[in-house]
Amino acid sequence: MNRSDTDIPSRGTGWRSWVATLGLCLALLPLHQAHALTMAEALAISAGDNDARIVALQAKLGKNDPGMIPFLQAMAADSVKVSGQLVFIVDGDVAKDAVTGQTVALPADAEDVVNNNRMSSEIEAFLAAGKLSSPDLDARKEGIDALSAVADESKLPIIDQALSTEKDAKLKALLEVVRAKALLAAAEPARRIEGARFLSEAGSPEARALLMERLQDDAETDPSVRQVLSIALDKVNSSLAWGERAGVVFTGISLGSILLLAALGLAITYGLMGVINMAHGELMMIGAYATFFIQNLFRQYLPDAFDWYILLAVPMSFLASALVGAVLERTVFRFLYGRPLETLLASWGVSLVLMQGVRTIFGAQNVQVENPSWLSGGFDLFSNLTLPYNRLAIIAFAVLVLVGMTLLITKTRMGLFVRSVTQNRPMASCLGVNTARVDTMAFSLGAGIAGLAGCALSQIGNVGPDLGQSYIVDSFMVVVLGGVGQIAGTVYAALGLGLVNKFLEGWTGAVLAKIFVLVIVVIFIQKRPQGLFAMKGRSAEA
Amino acid sequence: MSAVMTSSTLAGGGLTIPRSALGPKGWTALMAAVITVMALVPLLNLLVPADSVFHLSDFAVALIAKIMCYAICALAMDLIWGYTGILSLGHGLFFALGGYAMGMYLMRQIGRDGSYKSDLPDFMVFLDWKEVPWSWAWSESFALQMLLVVLVPGVIAFVFGFFAFRSRIKGVYFSIITQAMTYAAMLLFFRNETGFGGNNGFTDFKRILDIPIAQPSTRMVLFIITGMTLIGFYLMARWLVNTKFGRVLQAIRDAENRVMFCGYNPLAYKLAIWTLSAVMCGIAGALYVPQVGIINPSEMSAAAGIEIAIWAAVGGRATLIGPIIGAFFVNGAKSWFTVEFPEYWLYFLGALFIAVTLFLPQGIVGGVRKLINKDKAEVKA
Repeated sequence: MNRSDTDIPSRGTGWRSWVATLGLCLALLPLHQAHALTMAEALAISAGDNDARIVALQAKLGKNDPGMIPFLQAMAADSVKVSGQLVFIVDGDVAKDAVTGQTVALPADAEDVVNNNRMSSEIEAFLAAGKLSSPDLDARKEGIDALSAVADESKLPIIDQALSTEKDAKLKALLEVVRAKALLAAAEPARRIEGARFLSEAGSPEARALLMERLQDDAETDPSVRQVLSIALDKVNSSLAWGERAGVVFTGISLGSILLLAALGLAITYGLMGVINMAHGELMMIGAYATFFIQNLFRQYLPDAFDWYILLAVPMSFLASALVGAVLERTVFRFLYGRPLETLLASWGVSLVLMQGVRTIFGAQNVQVENPSWLSGGFDLFSNLTLPYNRLAIIAFAVLVLVGMTLLITKTRMGLFVRSVTQNRPMASCLGVNTARVDTMAFSLGAGIAGLAGCALSQIGNVGPDLGQSYIVDSFMVVVLGGVGQIAGTVYAALGLGLVNKFLEGWTGAVLAKIFVLVIVVIFIQKRPQGLFAMKGRSAEA
Repeated sequence: MSAVMTSSTLAGGGLTIPRSALGPKGWTALMAAVITVMALVPLLNLLVPADSVFHLSDFAVALIAKIMCYAICALAMDLIWGYTGILSLGHGLFFALGGYAMGMYLMRQIGRDGSYKSDLPDFMVFLDWKEVPWSWAWSESFALQMLLVVLVPGVIAFVFGFFAFRSRIKGVYFSIITQAMTYAAMLLFFRNETGFGGNNGFTDFKRILDIPIAQPSTRMVLFIITGMTLIGFYLMARWLVNTKFGRVLQAIRDAENRVMFCGYNPLAYKLAIWTLSAVMCGIAGALYVPQVGIINPSEMSAAAGIEIAIWAAVGGRATLIGPIIGAFFVNGAKSWFTVEFPEYWLYFLGALFIAVTLFLPQGIVGGVRKLINKDKAEVKA
């Protein structure tokens, strides 16, 4: 009697609301028409020997009887009572007749209906089967999930029936896995082998999990079935391996693109201007909060255009961070040029103030930034590899920002000024460049790019006051590894670190991979203190 | 080479130090400090009744003891940053390593009094380990473990410093890689598998050298040891910066290339002071843990490392006494703010970082000296 009460509450709210809607529909129908369930049937299902109860239950299968659903729902929630020949559904203090649904007084001698594990799983399966014929895709999906949890040989008829009617390709594939699962648990070895054969064809991660579970020490005892199972597992593994390899490369590039976005701004403020901006991460955070703010504005005033809030959020996050950057440059960093260690301390102070400021305004909790619908979901490349649209969008965005920034620095007049001031400030000043102005512009450009990075990050992770802290060490690593003042180096370093990190993660787990990467970077800097792409010539020592 | 210019302005302060380690005023102040630590605090805390205005509460004693440990770190930071011009953001690591070495011994001293009544520390029982890992081999012996307090930070600093200084990594690069090293170590210590209690670290200590750790007399002895260590380190540092060795360090800070042209190899000098500084931090950590009663990986966070630098900067770099004052000022402010205005503490700390770098590049001590010199100049005029 270890049936847990949490089975039902742990289901998604989708099914509950579905049940509730159904209940409402039922209430609107004339009662005697909807309730084909008779008191005799209800009694047979509720009381007596378990085998007989299950037979009675299965007799109702496939009859499409809407009266069964609220009744079984109540059974599963352990709120059915029996007294004599009458069955009641108890809801709090109110008792209802299980057949007519009318409120009645509960007799004092009413006893709880107790369901053992077998009975509960039958009830679950019946409810799941009911959903399988629903016109709603999500409800069918829930039905399949529920069925999968209780799948065994006795459920094969239900599954086969559902398979014959299911039209949706994805759900059909899911159902077939459930069928294989039921087959694997069958008593007859031949059927188990059939299940294993099927799974080896399916080649999905679920198939692998099922096979591995079955191959555990005491699960499968028949040696011939075991052999088929392990052959099937090998086959599944090899067909999954490509997806996994591609997955590592993709997540590596994705991490690389995030690192690149985080480091590009730093490549300007640190690489070109020599300011050790420890508040860079907080500028990213400001960009992310700007996105949050724009999102809320759209939700409030333009809910129809909500999907396009990101188009406004991108420039706004740039502007917000750039503005903060310009203020910081004018008030703090301006006085610290040429004293890199002191900019480090001052900017750390700035980062504390910014973080606390955000806590005061938006609260210390993380805030929710929702993906526009066209950025959620993903593109299925292999059965076990889905490329999420938001990650793909960030990769594309990183490339755009990179191209834009490179063009800005190399092709525009402002870029020319920035480069000239970096290379030789007095000479640039002599030629009429307003160096103070250029400094402010360049710093706010770097800050603005940090804001763009924050906007991108808001689409894939939590947005909170500590957002920037986790990126600051990484982005410095990227800039230092790539070589200070080298945008090309930054790109290679970001992608390289991203890929190495993800490859190591496969072997060692996330934390050790990160530690290894840091150690590799530290050793690398010992060997080549100027980074991957060392500046040559006189400027190298400056 | 603007970095050199800034540093040499700092050296102006350093050169005014008298040739003998301390002047007559200095010796008087030193005696006052020794008396305070050895007699005044124990007297006010233990003998003066609790309701008297002169009574020093246990809380105050614990706070002062904690800040004295921090002051040792700030002093170590002054030697490496103020006098040698190398900003380390990794001193939090050495502090924590010393603390962990002490913590391991204290964990074994709990014996069977833990919640699992096992010979092993509780967290190991929790992880279902049957025996202590190799890193704990010495943890039952106080003497050997105290050796580790010195050796672990020392050896790690030596090896790291050797490779870093040999490849002539300096300035900001050095700061950033020390920060990366500390960050990597923090991630490592956060793991349960590393064998140092994961993110909970060590806590709930019961005894040290078989004496209950919480009783007032033990606390007072630890307080006195900490105070005397701080004073001892101060004297050592004061002596050191006036030796030829100390002069070379300051020369390295001001113009490393010129030092090399004069025939010195900066590697040995930098490595020596770097290792010494790390060991000082390790000892500070070892003193900190029994008094504060907890050590966990957050001591290795980037924030902790930078805060040590800010204590030195606030007090005044290259002054030795400055960083001690800075540690007391910042941490005193912290314990006051976090009680009175918890919301505003980070604003204050952040503003302090900015204000000190912008307006007080030589810290409190530098500012006071400037004022005194101005007064003297006015008197002469």
